[in-house]
Amino acid sequence: MTDKTVIIGLEIHCQLNTKTKLFCGCSTDFQRDEPNTHVCPICLGLPGALPCLNKQAVMHALKVAKALNLTVPEVSEFSRKNYFYPDLPAGYQITQDDKPIAEKGIMEVDDDEGHPKKIRITRIHLEEDPGRLIHKTSRDRAGYSLVDYNRSCIPLIEIVTEPDLRSPKEARRFLNKLRSTLEYLEVFDGEREGSIRVDANISIKGHNRVECKNISSYKGVEKALNFEITRQRNLIRKGQFIEQETRHFLEGRGITTSSRSKENKNDYRYFPAPDLPALRVSEWLKDIVLPELPDARRERFMTQYGISENHARTLTGDLKVANFYESVAGADPAIAAIWVADILLGEINYRSMRIDDVPTMNIADLIVLIRDGAITDKSGVEVLRTMLDACMGQDHEACEMPADIVTRLGLTKAEGDDFTDVIREIIAANPNAVADYRAGKKGAVNFLVGQVMKTTRGRADPKELNIAMDAALKETED
Amino acid sequence: MAKEYFFDKADQTNAFITRLDVAMYEESGGPLQGKGIGISDNISTSGIPTTCASRILAGYVPPFDAHVITLLRKAGAAIVGKTNMDEFGAGNTTEHSAYGPTTNPNEASRVAGGSSGGSAAAVATGMVDMALGSDTGGSIRSPAAFCGVVGFKPTNGRVSRYGLIAYSSSMEQIGPLGKTVTDVNTLMSVIAGPDPRDATMYDRPYAHTPSKDIAGMKIAVPDEFFGEGVDPAVAESVRTAIRKLEDAGAETMTCSIPSMSHALAAHYVTGMCEASTNLSRFDGVRFGPPVETKRPWHEEFSDYRGMFFGKEVQRRILLGTFALTEGYYEKYYAKAQVARENMRKDFLRIFRDADIIAGPTMPQIAPKLGEKSDPISMYLADILTAPASLAGVPAISVPCGTVDKMPVGLQLIGRHFEDERVMDAAFAYESEVL
Repeated sequence: MTDKTVIIGLEIHCQLNTKTKLFCGCSTDFQRDEPNTHVCPICLGLPGALPCLNKQAVMHALKVAKALNLTVPEVSEFSRKNYFYPDLPAGYQITQDDKPIAEKGIMEVDDDEGHPKKIRITRIHLEEDPGRLIHKTSRDRAGYSLVDYNRSCIPLIEIVTEPDLRSPKEARRFLNKLRSTLEYLEVFDGEREGSIRVDANISIKGHNRVECKNISSYKGVEKALNFEITRQRNLIRKGQFIEQETRHFLEGRGITTSSRSKENKNDYRYFPAPDLPALRVSEWLKDIVLPELPDARRERFMTQYGISENHARTLTGDLKVANFYESVAGADPAIAAIWVADILLGEINYRSMRIDDVPTMNIADLIVLIRDGAITDKSGVEVLRTMLDACMGQDHEACEMPADIVTRLGLTKAEGDDFTDVIREIIAANPNAVADYRAGKKGAVNFLVGQVMKTTRGRADPKELNIAMDAALKETED
Repeated sequence: MAKEYFFDKADQTNAFITRLDVAMYEESGGPLQGKGIGISDNISTSGIPTTCASRILAGYVPPFDAHVITLLRKAGAAIVGKTNMDEFGAGNTTEHSAYGPTTNPNEASRVAGGSSGGSAAAVATGMVDMALGSDTGGSIRSPAAFCGVVGFKPTNGRVSRYGLIAYSSSMEQIGPLGKTVTDVNTLMSVIAGPDPRDATMYDRPYAHTPSKDIAGMKIAVPDEFFGEGVDPAVAESVRTAIRKLEDAGAETMTCSIPSMSHALAAHYVTGMCEASTNLSRFDGVRFGPPVETKRPWHEEFSDYRGMFFGKEVQRRILLGTFALTEGYYEKYYAKAQVARENMRKDFLRIFRDADIIAGPTMPQIAPKLGEKSDPISMYLADILTAPASLAGVPAISVPCGTVDKMPVGLQLIGRHFEDERVMDAAFAYESEVL
């Protein structure tokens, strides 16, 4: 339930999926490579190296600004944020301070009652990621740390909201929608580890604000906020003071802990970055053509394919899923919606597969089999599972087609004689159940139908089977 | 084809930090083919130690060449070594070097000027044909004046700073030093090539043959350049030089630069603020002497920097850090930028009527070693060179006689991107006296 006394604002850091880093030509595609293999004098902060701005990163940020209705001022500038840390090569981070690339926008999200509400976006700014520390424990138990600079200088945008969110669920919905918007804009790869990091500011009306840092998943945001609301409420109930502080979220334990208060006194000594000229990019905005965004696509799915709002929402929440659906919807949009949204997504999630791993051709084939009544829904699920199990880690071409699986496993829908013979056998083999039926026990029919289903391995259509069983039992009475 | 250049000249002034006995150069047919060039030790040279005259960079060998070095090599130059300087450019006498002071070639008891003192001394003693230095508030012009050579600070943005180890990014500029204006002009034409890696650079290549025809050139002489603190004998030398320019056909006029009253403060606040963050990267993690990794990182960073940075550099880092602190930023850094803007406006106003501003480079002749040991009197010596750095305009120092047998420099300042006119004026003067 929405609680008017809970006040939440988010700062969301998203890695932009540019080809090269923000200020140098190093490739950003380092996920599968050894540490410190995507580095150069610039992202290592070697003396004498100078930053050179990546235009694609600027375009990505402008796309987001346009999609979230932000204003792009005529002049924005980069600043240095100064602090020492072993993963920060230059001793400062190049970011934007009082002149960000975009300001004042809006994103709509449903509140907990399902009513749309507007969340104000304060600003978007561009900045570089620092390197990454890898903490190790050595045999003598004295820990040590290694630094990997592959991540150093990866472009980030920070999106800051006004404190307009009123519940952890609302915050999570906001993040999910933001993520899908960024994916639709093709500026962000949500599947990359650490591609999104959130700092959440939360307070109970009339009390101090607490900042929770270090949240790296959507689920984590909801968890951290729930924990904080309970913690802060308990303190208030006990009449205790809520300290204005920074707290760290421990993902594993689902709790937040106080950071050393010293960190609150950081003075970052921001000043304009002298190596980078001011950005004058407001004119670029008019050249940006936005793609269809999630809300528009959802509306279109409902009108064009006649599917329910719930299905449309599920299918459009993820760009790749939406594209997948559209490429298999042709044979029967309604059946396709059920099979993709209600069945396929659960099955791939269970197998930790991605939608990309599933060949659209095979799913289209399955939908045709279902539509034509060639197999039952139950067999359809069996075919799908068999196919996915064999598909994992395979090329799309190597994936067995559903029609072939049906033949191989003999899953063609049981019909005619094939079907009535089994009924006869089951009736003959279960005289007790038949006797119960005669005695007026309705449950006995279900038992007998179940036996037929078992024998035909789900190949019989349950509706047809019920009618046939009824007829067969009546027949034996005569 | 690569050829060997034997560099065996004695270094009597301690001009070099690193020297190569055998330097290589390309027979490229370029304008610098076979010329021995000294490079200020804050310009990155691939494979040659680059220390900025600091212990904190002891043993650091850059894996890349500064853009100007790439251009020099292409032009056939032999890089013979790295010249002495004030640590990271923090000084104007080359006494603040971890490798000892460079002495003045004219009199060993006097300083060479700085911060690029090693480059000026190496040119003056004939060890090299030409040299590169960097100028943030006079670091090329001051030693050029004190050692009696020509030193040029180009318009900011005309020469790539890529590979120049930053002290004050918004003011510093790499520039040439040589015995004659012609040499300096040749070196300038090589180093001004475009470089997309320096985002503050303008694509304004320099291809110029100096002309001594300055008939009708309008030269403004600011009162402030001959005011309090300027040695009358130095002033007289420079006035004589300006009369020579009149002889060559220039028209002179007087002018005033009121913003000069804040020039030093603006220059030092800006420089120290920028230096305080530019020098943050020296933490021992990736280069320089190794850190003790068994200690908490923040303690080790702090002690390491305290141990390996020299006193003057530490003073500037502390002052710059202070001036950028919340609550003081508006009082210092922001104000310095206003003063800087006023300086630009003064120059723009004067340059509406005049082509060149002329005056002394330094208010006095080279001081004795140790004479400017208190920071304030050291900072004061930049009063006539800081204005061009604040405004980002081109300026040259040409030798114009002596006082007490010590060289005096004539400073000529020009409009943005009119480096060529500055060179012409200097060439015309040189032609008059030679």
